[in-house]
Amino acid sequence: MIDQNNIREQFPILNQKVNGYNLIYFDNGATSQKPISVIERISDYYKHSNSNIHRGVHSLSRHATDLFEKSRHTIASYFNINNPQQFIFTGGTTDSINMVAQGLAKNYFKPGDEIILSTYEHHSNILPWQLWAQENGGKLKIIPLNNDQTLDYNSLPNLITKKTKLIAVTHVSNTLGLISDIEKIKTEATKHNIPVLVDGAQSAPHMAIDLKKLDVDFFVCSAHKMYGPTGIGLLYLSEKWLNHLALSKTGGGIIKSVSFEKTEYVEGALKFEPGTPHIAGAVAFGEAINFINRISIEKIFEIENELVQYAQEKLNELPEIMMYGKNTHKAGVISFNVKNQHPFDVGTLLDKYGIAVRTGHHCTQPLMQHLNIQGTVRISFAVYNTKNEIDFFIEKLKKVITMLS
Amino acid sequence: MTIEDIEKEIIDEFDLFGEDWEAKYEHLIDLGKSLPLINPEYKTEENIIKGCQSRVWLFSELINDKMIYTADADAIITKGMVAVLIRVLSNQKPEDIIKAKLEFIDVIGLKEHLSPTRANGLVSMITKMKTDALAFIK
Ligand SMILES: Cc1ncc(COP(=O)(O)O)c(C=O)c1O
Repeated sequence: MIDQNNIREQFPILNQKVNGYNLIYFDNGATSQKPISVIERISDYYKHSNSNIHRGVHSLSRHATDLFEKSRHTIASYFNINNPQQFIFTGGTTDSINMVAQGLAKNYFKPGDEIILSTYEHHSNILPWQLWAQENGGKLKIIPLNNDQTLDYNSLPNLITKKTKLIAVTHVSNTLGLISDIEKIKTEATKHNIPVLVDGAQSAPHMAIDLKKLDVDFFVCSAHKMYGPTGIGLLYLSEKWLNHLALSKTGGGIIKSVSFEKTEYVEGALKFEPGTPHIAGAVAFGEAINFINRISIEKIFEIENELVQYAQEKLNELPEIMMYGKNTHKAGVISFNVKNQHPFDVGTLLDKYGIAVRTGHHCTQPLMQHLNIQGTVRISFAVYNTKNEIDFFIEKLKKVITMLS
Repeated sequence: MTIEDIEKEIIDEFDLFGEDWEAKYEHLIDLGKSLPLINPEYKTEENIIKGCQSRVWLFSELINDKMIYTADADAIITKGMVAVLIRVLSNQKPEDIIKAKLEFIDVIGLKEHLSPTRANGLVSMITKMKTDALAFIK
């Protein structure tokens, strides 16, 4: 039995009033709150371990390097990968995708090539590819949605051509919470030898991910959505791409030897981490994974899924509510609108009751265009949210609906 | 009435609600209904004030040396705020408009709508009203 109070106590930020009400934080899709263990890890690092890594011969530098690499180990085993070198520390999901796009542009994409994305994509998994396509006469092809807003996997064989060089899809839609069936996509891609990139920004915080089993080429996510700090994330590369992805940035700390004519780079993840990385962030990211492991990601999914089901049930009882993608498998996220009301109004008034929700297009404008709406109200859960909070939210939502009508 | 007079009037109006923010917002929503609506002809892409979430359309003209503003917004609360701003600034001289400090917004407790993170286009709305006025000063 997991004690919810015990979990909540670990998040100091939750214990505050906003506009005179207890804070209810339902904007975890944007960023999750941090447990005290992660917060203290950062300050302990600077208090006791701070030093530059992979360079110094002195003890402190070795200590910091150990912590940094230990974190990489923790992360690798969390995703069930034996070789930690396949995990590159980056600035976050957006940074990771840009590194892949710029790397592939150097020695893999050819002018006129095609990249397949899905209708769900966050702008971060559109713009880097669009930029490449615009500069190289390339083309983006989009997996459409079925009527229930799930991805239309049957369209894949028609979208794939000889020029298709990559399929880049989100694992969980940050707007709808719907989970993509990566296995189906992977099966189709494998037939044509097309690499697959998975944007795990919204899946990694909510569900168990076995990268050995998923067997994709690239997987990216951000620590700050998984109880970790901002400014740090992951780029996972398959063994093949670890050796083949071209560098998009370079500099100090990643070389064996440099002369003005020629450079010999180190092997493995370090090659992709030039300059001084966000060491404290990487170390605290490992601590965030420890936090998840203490509860277990399976249990987290179960707790959040119960919250999603409960909230959907309650929302369904309100005739004024329109829910999106409502009957399908979801991870932590619900999007809805109040009929005839602007999401901005709903979000503004909920905030007055101390309830933090996200409103707008959620950086998924193409999806909004598909749904033919300006935006939605999005509530997204983390392990510390409770049914009591949902009850309060529903009570105040009813009030808001009356105020607006 | 001068801009300050109208500001004072609005402050007194909102004072009635004291700390009751729900009543305040209900009043704001009501005020939105009195907004002098923009002629549909001018409700164009060009006249949209780019805020992140809620769209605001504004049309400005100079009639008898006074600025006349009409507008619309797709969110009700934004519409209320726009209506309040128009009540204060419309039918005033451009010279006075560009000098207006609009401190009443803070006093009536709606200042949060002026923070850039609010993304409702209100800050840009005020800027647009003032730059339009500036354009009419010879
Ligand atoms: C699906 C998805 N992809 C990418 C991102 C971008 O993540 P970050 O801002 O951490 O780089 C987000 C975050 O909102 C997201 O939800």
